[in-house]
Amino acid sequence: MSNEVTVRNYILENYLFTDDQSALSNDSSLLDEGILDSTGILELVVFLEDEFGIKVDDHEMVPENLDSVNSILKYISNKSSQ
Amino acid sequence: MNIVCGIAGIFNWGGAQKITQDALRQMITTLHHRGPDDYGYFTDDQIGLAHSRLSIIDIAGGHQPIHNENKSIHVVFNGEIFNYIELREDLKKAGHQFYTRSDTEVIVHAYEEYGDDFVQHLNGQFAIALWDANTQKLLLIRDRIGIHPLFYCKQNDQFLFASEIKAILPQFRQAPRLNISALDQIFTFWSPVSPATVFENVFEVSPGQMITVQNEKITKKTYWDWQFAQKDQYISSGLACQAEELHELLVDATRIRLRSDVPVGAYLSGGLDSSVITSIIHHDTDNELKTFSIGFSEEDFDEGSYQQRMVNYLNTDHKNVVCHNKDIADNFIKTIFHTETPILRTAPVPMHILSGLVREQGYKVVLTGEGSDEVLGGYDIFKEGKVRQFWAKNPASEIRPLLLKKLYPYLNISKSTGRAYLEAFFGTGLANPDIPWFSHLPRWTTTAKCKEFFSDDVQSALQEDSIECLSRSLPGQISQWEHFNQAQYIEAKSLMAGYLLCSQGDRMLMSNSVEGRFPFLDHRVIEYANNTDPRLKMKVLNEKYLLKQSMKNYLPPEIVQRYKQPYRAPDIAAFSGEKMPDFVEELTSEATVKKYGYFDAKKVYRLKEKIKRGRAIGYKDNMAFIGILSTQIWHNLFIENYRNPI
Repeated sequence: MSNEVTVRNYILENYLFTDDQSALSNDSSLLDEGILDSTGILELVVFLEDEFGIKVDDHEMVPENLDSVNSILKYISNKSSQ
Repeated sequence: MNIVCGIAGIFNWGGAQKITQDALRQMITTLHHRGPDDYGYFTDDQIGLAHSRLSIIDIAGGHQPIHNENKSIHVVFNGEIFNYIELREDLKKAGHQFYTRSDTEVIVHAYEEYGDDFVQHLNGQFAIALWDANTQKLLLIRDRIGIHPLFYCKQNDQFLFASEIKAILPQFRQAPRLNISALDQIFTFWSPVSPATVFENVFEVSPGQMITVQNEKITKKTYWDWQFAQKDQYISSGLACQAEELHELLVDATRIRLRSDVPVGAYLSGGLDSSVITSIIHHDTDNELKTFSIGFSEEDFDEGSYQQRMVNYLNTDHKNVVCHNKDIADNFIKTIFHTETPILRTAPVPMHILSGLVREQGYKVVLTGEGSDEVLGGYDIFKEGKVRQFWAKNPASEIRPLLLKKLYPYLNISKSTGRAYLEAFFGTGLANPDIPWFSHLPRWTTTAKCKEFFSDDVQSALQEDSIECLSRSLPGQISQWEHFNQAQYIEAKSLMAGYLLCSQGDRMLMSNSVEGRFPFLDHRVIEYANNTDPRLKMKVLNEKYLLKQSMKNYLPPEIVQRYKQPYRAPDIAAFSGEKMPDFVEELTSEATVKKYGYFDAKKVYRLKEKIKRGRAIGYKDNMAFIGILSTQIWHNLFIENYRNPI
């Protein structure tokens, strides 16, 4: 399963509680659309660390890295190539 | 004299059938838990009053309904008139003849003496139904704060009322239905906007309200509401003097709430508020101090070490019960039977267990510290409101929002990178800092996310925005009050009156026939606090500053200085052990969720799967699950099986 499918399905299942793919576009802002609340960020970080074997540092918990499917995928790719 | 009890009644008009004692009995026996010892009835052509009693004193003389000298005025009453001794003396001097030792009788004579304004003379907590045969008038009155419940319903030529909605249902001429707007409000504010209830066509008498039913008309009058002084009118006697004055008020409020011919106990959580009350009982009264507390097997929720510190300090006779997750699951259905409404947290359940301990120990009355946070400025939401107001003055500031991390340490985000998230979570409404509910917007926005689980039918049936509905209920002068006072008003009227005092308070106490009494909610304490500069209530971010100053010589320093731990109980964790309890699986199954129609069955299924994977840790997930489960239980108890209550 591709990273994109994994991340999309995680967000759809765990925050939107749906399997309707049209409910989430890859550039939707998770903050602006209210998909994540403050504890949702923590859940997301735990998921990324468990699923992709990366360590999310404090200074990396920024919207640039985590606020959309596209930015998450780019962040995972950068981390994995380090 | 004190009576824990329930009341109910029927008022027919327009030539309707005569009221039978049987009809009243059907209503009042549903309130057995509020008063198991004795039932009393009064019927006249068009009116029927019923009372269920828990006898605490004057068993022979205190039987209700109570009447005046010539039996033209009858009353049934649930609650306490704490200044009944003084009132009785005044009324006797004015020539009134008493035939009992009860505090109830003070009501009929005060009404004779002062008319409708008699309620202004009462210091207490009460739900009163008074029938004046001279004017064929029924008065329903609820105490200023909303401590004791009172509901009513009008159907064609008949008016019904009762302490709890389950007592109205036997006389309902239609099948009960859920009020969708009220559900929407519960999933925003944690309670419906008064006077609505979650039952269609059933309303509550609002706190501080008197309802008159006469000549087939219903009129409502607010006799008391939270009022705040404006900025240049606060008490100006200075901190030391105010600390002294507050102390004296609290001592008197506590003292009169100990008036009883049976032993009175106290809750002792280890927090500042209950420590204040128990300390006053210890230092300033002769009352033998018996205290009760609840502990949790889950460390995150337990306050045991602070409770023990106070027990040792005051040398109280203390009893504690430990609440395990399984206890919450086992008592959840019973809890909803008593709350009669969906809830978003399991927090009421341990309160039911705690009142069970009180009853088991032979006590029927407890004093608690409820109300202090609302009256004297204790909640984090007030601190959050202050920080956000500060931030709103310079929305572009990098530094200002970081103050929120002091309140919420779990926001472990570094200085240089946290701003976007803080803005997303707490910046709601920052552009409009002057709206009266500015302080509550982040909480309401987070809670309202649970509404994503509503079914399509519910979503399309909702006609009005909840916040607009609440805004219409606010008094006109709220815009003249300082922001801190606005926040206090909204908290006191929505969360405290609508949820804390009922679902977590009266209902859980009365489920075990125990009466709670609340010195911080003495209206003299409230009026004093409301005329106090908010900068004394919360000094910068130091909560309940004035209270701490007034009590610092009476408490161990670690109790005064401890970080406020909000009372919470395990939510999802209570139902997600090795196996979800059968009743949970059944009531939240796809089939049942679809059948009841309130929620999206597929979304509920996914939430349950997330819970079973151990991933549901967030506020929204916890509130949503408890909200869904409790609504399903509510429907099962009151709609599907409403003719066969537990």
